[in-house]
Amino acid sequence: MSSRPSVAKTAVKHVTIAILMFGFGFAMIPLYDVFCEVTGLNGKVQAAVVKTAMEIDRSRSIKVQLVASNNAEMPWRFSPLQNEIALHPGDWKQVGFWVSNVTDQDMVSQSVPSITPARAARYVKKSECFCFEQQTLASGESKVMNLVFTISPDLPEDIRTVTMVYTLFDATDFATSQVVATSD
Amino acid sequence: MMTSATTLHEDHGHHGPAKGLMRWVLTTNHKDIGTLYLWFAFTMLLIGGSMALIIRLELFQPGMQLIEPEFFNQMTTMHGLVMVFGAIMPAFVGMANWLVPMMVGAPDMALPRMNNLSFWILPFAFGMLILTLFSEAGAPNFGWTFYAPLSTTYAPSSVTYFIFGVHLMGISSIMGAINIIATILNLRAPGMTLMKMPLFVWTWLITAYLLIAVMPVLAGVVTMMLMDIHFGTSFFNAAGGGDPVLFQHVFWFFGHPEVYIMILPAFGIVSQIIPTFARKPLFGYSSMVYATASIAFLSFIVWAHHMFTVGLPLATELFFMYATMLIAIPTGVKVFNWVSTMFNGSMTFETPMLFAVAFVILFTIGGFSGLMLAIAPADFQYHDTYFVVAHFHYVLVPGALFAIIAGVYYWIPKWCGRYYNETLGKWHFWLSFVGVNVTFFPMHFVGLAGMPRRIPDYALQFADFNAVASIGAFIFGLSQILFLYIVIDAIRNGKKATDEVWEGTEGLEWTLPSPAPYHSFSEPPEVK
Repeated sequence: MSSRPSVAKTAVKHVTIAILMFGFGFAMIPLYDVFCEVTGLNGKVQAAVVKTAMEIDRSRSIKVQLVASNNAEMPWRFSPLQNEIALHPGDWKQVGFWVSNVTDQDMVSQSVPSITPARAARYVKKSECFCFEQQTLASGESKVMNLVFTISPDLPEDIRTVTMVYTLFDATDFATSQVVATSD
Repeated sequence: MMTSATTLHEDHGHHGPAKGLMRWVLTTNHKDIGTLYLWFAFTMLLIGGSMALIIRLELFQPGMQLIEPEFFNQMTTMHGLVMVFGAIMPAFVGMANWLVPMMVGAPDMALPRMNNLSFWILPFAFGMLILTLFSEAGAPNFGWTFYAPLSTTYAPSSVTYFIFGVHLMGISSIMGAINIIATILNLRAPGMTLMKMPLFVWTWLITAYLLIAVMPVLAGVVTMMLMDIHFGTSFFNAAGGGDPVLFQHVFWFFGHPEVYIMILPAFGIVSQIIPTFARKPLFGYSSMVYATASIAFLSFIVWAHHMFTVGLPLATELFFMYATMLIAIPTGVKVFNWVSTMFNGSMTFETPMLFAVAFVILFTIGGFSGLMLAIAPADFQYHDTYFVVAHFHYVLVPGALFAIIAGVYYWIPKWCGRYYNETLGKWHFWLSFVGVNVTFFPMHFVGLAGMPRRIPDYALQFADFNAVASIGAFIFGLSQILFLYIVIDAIRNGKKATDEVWEGTEGLEWTLPSPAPYHSFSEPPEVK
């Protein structure tokens, strides 16, 4: 009992813990991203990669399903040109998504990708994707947005189908000129 | 409880309590502040309880009868917030204020002025929250868990008051927790080593650490909401690069330890009461301490069991499932110890003991349904159904609330110097016991059959069980008015209590006269 710290010291120490924990709440955001990237959980995809020739695994063919969906009240029309393609691991493919701003206003969009099964996410390599940056369309404008990707030959044998979903968000209020979502 | 504090202890030369209203506003006395907390919590219990009764009235029959669906959503939200942050947590802080200094032989709380502030923030926080009911936008309607984007993009404008209210109650809880930690660590009487502390003090010490670890995270998550709503950030908005699932991770990192904040002090109270009425020392004191600490540690690594259906990968589901099931081990140790304490004891069943025994039985039922919910594949079926409602009400009502009521009956003779009416106390117990089971037990069945929670209407096949639950809710709710009467009657007309209060009580608080003097242990007692 003799060498007990003073009340003031105890209080200051615990106030510090409380402040650090407030910071920890915010630190969870990058930690959560890093965790998902390292483990490949949550279907997170690596950032854009340089398109390099890979050894093509012609012994198997992966069914790649392409899905487009709109978030909440996003009024644009959005659909893949092909719903499904077959791909040999290591072979680079280009696919297109058709998008049309049917409103009477100029709008900015952001696509957010998700890959199922999540385990496959880390094997999907994209050299070009409309999801890497915001897309602006004038009122009534339409276009085809490109995605250039492959699936690494390291993909586990038991995965035969990979579903790539893109959800289109209205990002008009969040318009930036820079590249966003590099790690998504 | 007024009389307890107005009964001056004349032996001391210095002042007793001041007179009038300003006594309560300016007080720094731990007993006064404890009293304020307890009355505040009881007021909130009645307000939150009225909201529950509005919910049960609407659910008495299928179809929409009394209230609009929008108002129903406001009721479920406000009921949860008021009960969790306004009733259960302040009641435990009030108990800690009254008892921790008396149990460790301290003259008062370590930081008496901060103690005053942490109480007086609360009426403002809840005043602001409850007044939103009368605003044009209505009260918050997104559930007490306030998931984004429901609580950001789609929230009523009153959400800003809600955020500010949560900030205030968070600050209050953190200050209260620091005060309790400082009292326990710095002001224990000579000879009161940590492993001699009563279990109520131990459980509160651990709870206080949980509070300072997670209340700031709650403050963080509402701050992120505030910034998303008003300052154009995108923490939870995917369009701007955020992620709504992030909200759930941050929220439940707070939320799971929070549910243990609401139950650990209850474990402490019950661990004080059962040995007294079993007339045996608590079985396995040190295992109780370690079990409490283990539960607190585990509470930090199980949060995603609230999120099994958000699309977690298999490995994550398995981790959180097994980690959650692990909690059953220290909790089982506790239940085993309580039962072993009673085993071969000379038991008598005064009201506090009745509530404590009911706690052990009914909390265990709630624990088992929790174990069922922990099974990830089964949870896909149970998620967001009345089974979940039944589960958490079993651990919070006959769990936390029964322990608080038991504690009030147990210590009120020490606080006020008078016994409550034992016959009425037993009536209160049996009405509450029957009421609580009639209310919540049928919810297991409708939940397993698929009735979703937080919906004002339901399919016809759930009608009978819902009618039964509503009747139970009114029995339970109205019997709390009897509790109010019993407490006031004890304060006014109760039989004078002895210093020992109950036969063979152990602990420093029972060495004080009844009622406990306004200033106690100005000279630290000797603990052998």
